[in-house]
Amino acid sequence: MSLETDLRARTRGAGQILFVAAFLGLSVILLSQIAAQTAWIEKARSFAAQPRFWPAVALGTMVVSLALHLWQMTRRRPRREDWQEARRWLEPVEYAGWFMAYVFLVPWIGFLPMSLALACGLSWRLGYRSVRWMALAAAFALGTVLLFKGMLGVKIPGAVLYEALPDGWRGFALQYL
Amino acid sequence: MDIFLAAIEVLARWDVLLALLVGSIGGVAIGAIPGVGPAVAIAILLPATFSMDPIVGLTVLLGIYGSSMYGGSIPAILINTPGTAVNALTTYDGFPMTLRSEGRRALSLAYSASFFGGIFSVICLIALSPVLAKVAPMFGAREIFLAALLGVILVITAHKGQMLIAAALTGFGIFLSTVGLEPVKYTRRFTFDQSWLASGINLIVVVLGLFALSQAFLLLTMDDEKIRTPRARGSLLQGFRELARHPRVASIAASFGVVMGMVPGVGEFTAQFLSYTSARRLSKTPEAFGHGSSEGLIASEAANNAVPAAAMIPLLALGIPGEALTAMMLSVFYVHNVVPGPGLFQTQMDFVVALYLALLILNVLVVVFLLVSTGWLVKLTQIPNRFLGMCVLMLSFVGVYSIRNSAVDCCIAAVFGLFGYALKRLNMPIVPIILGMVLGNIMEVKLRAAMNRVKVPWDFIDRPIAFLLFCVIVMILASTLWRTIRDWRTPDRRSPARKASARFIRRIAGRQTRHFDDRLKIQRRRRTYDHMGS
Repeated sequence: MSLETDLRARTRGAGQILFVAAFLGLSVILLSQIAAQTAWIEKARSFAAQPRFWPAVALGTMVVSLALHLWQMTRRRPRREDWQEARRWLEPVEYAGWFMAYVFLVPWIGFLPMSLALACGLSWRLGYRSVRWMALAAAFALGTVLLFKGMLGVKIPGAVLYEALPDGWRGFALQYL
Repeated sequence: MDIFLAAIEVLARWDVLLALLVGSIGGVAIGAIPGVGPAVAIAILLPATFSMDPIVGLTVLLGIYGSSMYGGSIPAILINTPGTAVNALTTYDGFPMTLRSEGRRALSLAYSASFFGGIFSVICLIALSPVLAKVAPMFGAREIFLAALLGVILVITAHKGQMLIAAALTGFGIFLSTVGLEPVKYTRRFTFDQSWLASGINLIVVVLGLFALSQAFLLLTMDDEKIRTPRARGSLLQGFRELARHPRVASIAASFGVVMGMVPGVGEFTAQFLSYTSARRLSKTPEAFGHGSSEGLIASEAANNAVPAAAMIPLLALGIPGEALTAMMLSVFYVHNVVPGPGLFQTQMDFVVALYLALLILNVLVVVFLLVSTGWLVKLTQIPNRFLGMCVLMLSFVGVYSIRNSAVDCCIAAVFGLFGYALKRLNMPIVPIILGMVLGNIMEVKLRAAMNRVKVPWDFIDRPIAFLLFCVIVMILASTLWRTIRDWRTPDRRSPARKASARFIRRIAGRQTRHFDDRLKIQRRRRTYDHMGS
């Protein structure tokens, strides 16, 4: 095998047909909506000034290239391994759920408590249940909060829960935690 | 000289120096952890840099970009796993050296070659700056449009074997950039009457979803691997002496890195491939390549480290990013109202030279850091995948949520994370989506501006640079079409069982042919004999 073919990325076979077909379907649906979702201006100075021009170029490229890809695929009927691969794409939905729960709870409970809860909870879920890993997860959460909110001052608002803290602590928690 | 002194003045601030130190050390550490990579780190840190001065924010990001490949060579050499994607070729010669107990020699060679590549490219850039300052103002709207179009075409054609998918994903990126209110007539495009889509889809949110969250999901669903780091002997300085014995290989590799870095959409892979193959062709021992050749290691590491500095050229001179990392950096410029492009070289040359000098200092800092901390960095390769996934997931939240504290942004990022996960599982490229988003936006604005001055189509390319770019685009399209037609094979759609039976029949048929051929020869010989005898 030559170096070039060795380094060339190869698309995985399993699941490809489902992905390409779904992506092509989405592209065709979007292209069919172009008249309703974009405006056509009668007195535009040039074709490039038409609001519809670039969406048409983009969707046209998507439909044509995906249709060509589908046409030249060696296998166009899904098999069992394709569906198995598609099921694997759903595996991270659970972690997306953890992420979204974190997002919705931070404004209520606070960046530091939620980060500690997420780091330790997720580590526990992943099987890192020893004291060492729990401590490492908690240290990572604490370090992240102190670095980003405490030192770099990124915009993460204080939580509703912090309002219940005593006066001296409240300002500090809202500012740094 | 005045510009040089002004640039030093820009850099001589404690926050810039701290940013350099943090960027370089952080970049090396990130590179040394397989599964993270500079794209994830830059995506996460991007929103945090918006509150910094442009020079400070860009120095941190440049530090990570420029130094991650140094760190990426450590796992590539010691455990045969590239730390960053561009260290893939380093494994070819680095790991066989480790197997021969020459790990420290390989690491030392990689550091010295990377250092040479980095310094070489910065020197080239400083030498090229006056030329760029003269050429950049010649780029008007139509030239920038054509350069962006060239970038799009190169991004697609660079994905050999996946060109159609790359084209579709680039189209998807361009489509994403059009969603929301269009800037001239303020009509809505593909908002489906949803108010949250009116402001468009934020590039950083997509970047964080596609790079950071998808990587977190990938790591979280992986199995942990047991990694054994082999013992390595020798001095980490010996590589510098050995590099001095191969000046030609190092110079050619670094030159490939500089040239390929400057071309939008091409990047480290092509630079590495070209430098590696040319080094093998020129070597006295080409058979050693792939089996622990020091020349091979020098060629791949010098080439990939010469790219980051060169990749800044199209970004700074034309405002056109050549790959995903510079596309992310472009947003830092926009946030601070610093518009990269021809004007930057005329009005803020000190800023440009300061960035080059920062890259120069960065390379020195990284090598010094690596010489004293390689032993410690090796331990980073042993962080379990899923624990690392948890860390990336949490950091991704900081990145997305800190943009505008929007749960909708987080939802969009999560959706793109799942989409990126499927793309990564299928081994499809993600970079075309990001470049499509950035270059699509540039092409739309510049084409509209250019068309105002165009009466007949020929007017579009009546200036020398526009004509040259047009010719290059036509040549690339023609050569790609020619190669596609030449290599075209009708897809074989038979089932594996059918294919196997056809192969078997062919083999048998071959035997029969040979059998009959032999029989014919025997008969002919007999006939000849008969004839002789008669």
